[in-house]
Amino acid sequence: MLEAQPIRRDDQAMTQIDYEKAGALIGIEVHQQLNTKTKLFCNCPTEIREDDPHFTFLRRLRPTQSELGEVDPAALFEFQKGRVHIYQNYDDSICLVEQDEEPPHLLDEEAVNHALEISLLMKSQPVDEIQVMRKLVIDGSNTTGFQRSVVVAFGGEIDVNGFKVPIQTIGVEEDAARKIQEKGTKTYWRLDRLGIPLIEVATAPVMKTPEQVQATALRIGQIFRVTGKVKRGLGTIRQDINVSVKGGAIIEIKGVQQLNLIGQVVQYEVQRQVELLKLRDELKNRGVRSGQIKQVVHDVSKLFQKSTSKVIKASLKRKEGVYALVLPGFAGLVGKEVQPGRRVGSEFADYAKFWGDVQGLFHTDELPNYGIIADEVNKLRRHLKAQDADAIIIVAASKSASTDALKAVALRAQQALKGIPAETRGPLADGTTRYSRPRPGAARMYPETDVAPITVTKKRLKRIRQGLPELPEEKLQKFHEEYHLSDELANIMIRSLRIDLFEDIIKKHPKLAVTAASTLETSWRNLEREEIKVDDIPEEQVLLLFDRLAEEKFAKEAIEDLLTWLAQHPTQTVDKAIQDLGLGVISKDELKSIIEQIVEANAVMVAERGDRAIGPLMGLVMKEVRGRADGKLVSELLRSAVKAQQQS
Amino acid sequence: MPTDEPAGYLGEAQKTLDKAKVKVGDRISIQTADNTFEGIVIPRAEIGADDKHIVLKLDSGYNVGIHVDNIQKLKKLKAGKKGQPELPAVARKIKKGVPWVSILSTGGTIASRVDYHTGAVNPALTADDLYTVVPELGDIANIRAEVLFSVFSENLQPSHWTTIAKQTAKHLEESEGVVIAHGTDTMGYTAAALSFALQNLPRPVILTGSQRSSDRPSTDAALNLTGAVIAASQAPFAEVVIAMHRLPDDTSISLHPGTQVRKCHTSRRDAFLTINADILGEVKDDKVHMLVDSAAYHHRDPKRELSLQPKFDSKVALIKTTPGMTGELIDSIIDREYHGIVLEGTGLGHAPETLMNAIERAQEEQIPVVMTSQCIWGRVQMRVYRTGVELVQQGVIPAEDMLAETAYVKLMWVLAQTRNLSEVRLRMLENLVGEITDCSKRSQYEEMTRQ
Ligand SMILES: [Zn+2]
Repeated sequence: MLEAQPIRRDDQAMTQIDYEKAGALIGIEVHQQLNTKTKLFCNCPTEIREDDPHFTFLRRLRPTQSELGEVDPAALFEFQKGRVHIYQNYDDSICLVEQDEEPPHLLDEEAVNHALEISLLMKSQPVDEIQVMRKLVIDGSNTTGFQRSVVVAFGGEIDVNGFKVPIQTIGVEEDAARKIQEKGTKTYWRLDRLGIPLIEVATAPVMKTPEQVQATALRIGQIFRVTGKVKRGLGTIRQDINVSVKGGAIIEIKGVQQLNLIGQVVQYEVQRQVELLKLRDELKNRGVRSGQIKQVVHDVSKLFQKSTSKVIKASLKRKEGVYALVLPGFAGLVGKEVQPGRRVGSEFADYAKFWGDVQGLFHTDELPNYGIIADEVNKLRRHLKAQDADAIIIVAASKSASTDALKAVALRAQQALKGIPAETRGPLADGTTRYSRPRPGAARMYPETDVAPITVTKKRLKRIRQGLPELPEEKLQKFHEEYHLSDELANIMIRSLRIDLFEDIIKKHPKLAVTAASTLETSWRNLEREEIKVDDIPEEQVLLLFDRLAEEKFAKEAIEDLLTWLAQHPTQTVDKAIQDLGLGVISKDELKSIIEQIVEANAVMVAERGDRAIGPLMGLVMKEVRGRADGKLVSELLRSAVKAQQQS
Repeated sequence: MPTDEPAGYLGEAQKTLDKAKVKVGDRISIQTADNTFEGIVIPRAEIGADDKHIVLKLDSGYNVGIHVDNIQKLKKLKAGKKGQPELPAVARKIKKGVPWVSILSTGGTIASRVDYHTGAVNPALTADDLYTVVPELGDIANIRAEVLFSVFSENLQPSHWTTIAKQTAKHLEESEGVVIAHGTDTMGYTAAALSFALQNLPRPVILTGSQRSSDRPSTDAALNLTGAVIAASQAPFAEVVIAMHRLPDDTSISLHPGTQVRKCHTSRRDAFLTINADILGEVKDDKVHMLVDSAAYHHRDPKRELSLQPKFDSKVALIKTTPGMTGELIDSIIDREYHGIVLEGTGLGHAPETLMNAIERAQEEQIPVVMTSQCIWGRVQMRVYRTGVELVQQGVIPAEDMLAETAYVKLMWVLAQTRNLSEVRLRMLENLVGEITDCSKRSQYEEMTRQ
């Protein structure tokens, strides 16, 4: 999943955004699961399970207060709404530590070593003593209510196609529990993922375009991969992206799982922020002031008694109601698009859903529609004494849910006058984003007193430094200079999923490097296109194939045929394949006599065309010996046979 | 937070800080070969930390330890603030029609708040603090809070039990019930001590604590505390009980009888189990649900006159018998003029024959020897095997189904009243406050162990 893929671009929007002018500044945090034997603070395995959990338990998390009485408002809100968390467990792979029923064990040394190795590769400076911190996270994703987190190194930089991106910190933290589902006030989590070590690399916010961000994420992922110490596959890697534009606030987009979505997310987020600043300017032009937006919620149920809207009918049937909020001066702006398919109204709806437990909202910019008729809208306007320049927001739900929802919308509308509210957002499948919660204040962290600090000794660093793997650009250079791969092939190879296999092959058979590279990439892809399952072939058979090639047991022209046969017989060996396909190499003498016969038989052509007969004759010979003789040798022998014929 | 000593710093680290006149809480900058760090000096963990590192809290919130040898330059930027930060003032409202409950604290931090600047965890002790940290309390009761002392529960002495008993008696006159916030390690001992010291109770006395510290969002403390206050104000009984989590879930609080309860797990929330008896009741959905017959407990009766006997004789030893043990240990206890010995024997109440002489000597010196079982569950029965019979013949007092810890506390309490061996024997064998039961029920073991 770390292969370079072009950014899926929405060309129109792309050309519209002037990143330079917008003053976009972007930083990323890349998290990837480390491939350790045990979890970060206990000895449980780092495996994700899909079988039925063995038992569950229920907890509530209490927002803790700081000395100054500050409480995270979103956390307090959830607690007051009676949010409970149901944790799913397995008896044989989850212990009391994940269940928050036993203090954490020591910080896993293997994870620390992996993180130090990555730090050294990024020229980051390891700390002298690692201190374990508790970072408050009260959404239930951690049974403790905090995430244990350490910084192992500060500073450093990586080279992204010649552009230097500074690294701020490199750390290790516990992965969170997996959210399985949300049902009313209950959230279901599975504890299999909780505690798996994550490496976290945070860059400085210096990137300015989606392309830079995507390339940087790719580069960080590459460095992770060369260590061979990270887990692979979907769900093992997650990126958080910080985006701000000139005159805006920092927006954090958490948990982008697909690398090839990053550029799109950045593009859409910059677009959203630019649009929100335009909205602010338009509201200013219209003379809308914050004081005009009142958190007054009107019960308008009686205007909709005969409504044909499904949502409204259902709400009235549940004995709930229809409630409305007037946004002065917002007419035409609620329907304004901020991201493809997402309008200012969608932003309002996000707040309504988060703070008010409602399914959604209607706004007058989109009405009449959805079963609400023009007559109802007119009546509504008259009833609320709303001007044509005003927008009205409607929700159909219980009184308390509607009140919470519409008050949140009013607050969000007030923020629209200021520009861009600081938020944490979550990515949607198409790269647009949705509000997920207010951005917490300065991260509330305090020491994890249950875990002793770890000293990073010079000896330990020396040992790690000695075993450092090569970086991709060092490999690129090596492939190019020592193994004579073309620029293009070397570039493809360092991004290849089969790079480890490639390196194993060339370690034994350096002269076969070019053949190995084109086999593992070009032939591989050709065969995949023909739906031949080459990935099913055991790696040791591929290695053996190159051993046999080096021993000249067959000619390299037969490689694709052999791979095809092996893919169809995944339990068989290369030797069996060679035998079965009749590929034994013919001796030079035998080859010579075959060639001489053919040349003799075509003596007329040789006499007429001279050297130009070599091409067609080559075809005839190859037809006879394909896979059993090396093409270069054939051409050589043919040339001298033709020469001999001409002279005779 | 700032103190005169750099808290926890020793040796070279302390010297380095002293030289720059830096105290904990000060903002400093440290330059190393690779980096410059700026942050607040935070206290060094006193246990398990070396004297070579200085710990800074950076603006990112992370702490970092910097080795003194790597420091090229250390500069003090700003002195830390003096004194404890002010708490936000909370208007304390006394609600009419809401019962009064006393909360006495002994050292366990049942409620606390974190100073995120330094990482210090400060206990919430006053009623105002408690309302701020656990606001639900205000809906259940008007709180009268008193700090008795601040001692880790493993350091509590029998003299502390005396203080707790006396103060509880005082508070019982004014409040509907008394809640005692206590560390969990020895909560079972204190519950037994209060059961003997405070007899004929008019109102309930509830001990509670926490297995997960109160500074964390997942703490069990708040639910335990609210459960205890609900029990203190609403329970129909007038007994000493322990109120702690019934399950790993945040759903229900057990009410365990004070003489038949034991901490049976080092770390789980539901560490406390009722042993050899039935759990009295539980607090669930903000209500007390009784789980035993109404004849099985003393009923709340504000007019009943409390009998307070808060003295304990601390010269009692509790000894576990083990294979290979000789009489030396018991001899040395006798030599040191102890007044009583509780043995935690094997099985039905047995001790190796190598102890026989020492036990005989204890009898000669008028020192009562009480036999309990290290099996925890079940009753001692010393007439089944010869060893038991011999021990009884030598005057060893079989403690029936009393817990070893309860027998230990009871012997201390009895010895504070009489040293007469036959009177001691009579009182030890008599069920005073539910510590001995007549019959052992199947469910009392199975229910506890089959979770
Ligand atoms: Zn575990």
